[in-house]
Amino acid sequence: MDREFKKIVLDNSDIIVQKWIDEIDSLKNSNYSSSVTDELLESTNREFVNIIFGSIQNEGDTKQLKEFSEKLINLGWQVSYITDGLQVFRRVTIDFILNQTDQIDTNYISELLHSVDKWVEPVIKQLVNEYSGNWENILSLQRVALQELSAPLIPVMDDITVMPLVGTIDTERAKLIMENLLDGVIKHSSEVVLIDITGVPVVDTMVAHHIVQAADAVRLVGATCILVGIRPEIAQTIVNLGIDLGKFPTKSSLRKGFIKALELTNRKIVDVEQKDSGMEQLIDSLGGE
Amino acid sequence: MDLQSCVTIEKEWDIVKARQLGRDIAREIGFGTVDQARIATAISELARNIYLYADNGQVCFEVADELDQKGIAVISLDTGPGIQNISQVMEDGYSTSGGLGAGLPGVKRLFDQFDIQSEEGKGTEIRVMKWLR
Repeated sequence: MDREFKKIVLDNSDIIVQKWIDEIDSLKNSNYSSSVTDELLESTNREFVNIIFGSIQNEGDTKQLKEFSEKLINLGWQVSYITDGLQVFRRVTIDFILNQTDQIDTNYISELLHSVDKWVEPVIKQLVNEYSGNWENILSLQRVALQELSAPLIPVMDDITVMPLVGTIDTERAKLIMENLLDGVIKHSSEVVLIDITGVPVVDTMVAHHIVQAADAVRLVGATCILVGIRPEIAQTIVNLGIDLGKFPTKSSLRKGFIKALELTNRKIVDVEQKDSGMEQLIDSLGGE
Repeated sequence: MDLQSCVTIEKEWDIVKARQLGRDIAREIGFGTVDQARIATAISELARNIYLYADNGQVCFEVADELDQKGIAVISLDTGPGIQNISQVMEDGYSTSGGLGAGLPGVKRLFDQFDIQSEEGKGTEIRVMKWLR
């Protein structure tokens, strides 16, 4: 039976392709391809339908399929283009074959459905796999990228290091913060570490707990931790929650924290007097030689 | 009361989802940034309790729109082990997980109304309410 159906489909491929393209065209206005040029859509449709027929003729030719799916992914088309396309193909083909046949019984229909499913299935499987593989790949790359961003440590000058935190802190990130902080303090032999939480949207007991622990650990390795960037609303919530951050100095902004850090390391910022004349003399003396 | 929306808490990131939604709702009602931060923090505590102790549960939001005042209700529901001694967990500094123990008493201070019901082996329901002044 399967061979008969194949013969019908392949002999009448032009008619089926035309019907398929008509149906796909009627779908295009409603969704995905509104931003795609007609030529590109048409050529892709042609390619798609060729691939479907190719797969009916010689089951198991995955190379062409792979190239096609890569092209679609690169174009950024939604996976619904593929699922819709195959759905339409199935409908059109079944309709066509049923119209070609005179005697139809339930057995015939079930055989037909089975056959068409068998043609379409490998295509849909392969394409959807390619897509989801691509998504997973992107996700894992983004996770790595996020992790790289999660706990940076900046040695701004001798003895003073800054760790700016931006975004939500979860357990995993809290661990990273602690590790990087301690590694950094020892590596740069810092005396003062500023933790800047300006970019942390919510400071709940978990986040506070981790900060307190990090500050304690920093104290144990012989450095001082200053918590900076406490916004007014965060200050109020911390007080409401009843969290005790009294063990280490805190400041509202990184600037104030930095000045405090300089004080702690016996330094201060001094404005340099303009010494233009000295500079000119230097240039003159250089030019004279 | 109208509009109820829920977030199911299963993973740690669901906590972020819950407080994001809560913050958005609070902003729509008209809460200022300080109250938004309070509400978001409290939701974070409630959702984290579900995540830590009950494995799964829900955080739901209701908008209260009455004649003279508006407000937000946050309901935390779980089917976890329940709380043995409620008065103990409402004390500052009590924690079974090595945390700060400021969670539930803190939530009570962050909100205007606080109701807790818990049955051992069945689960816990906490309902908190904050009014817009």
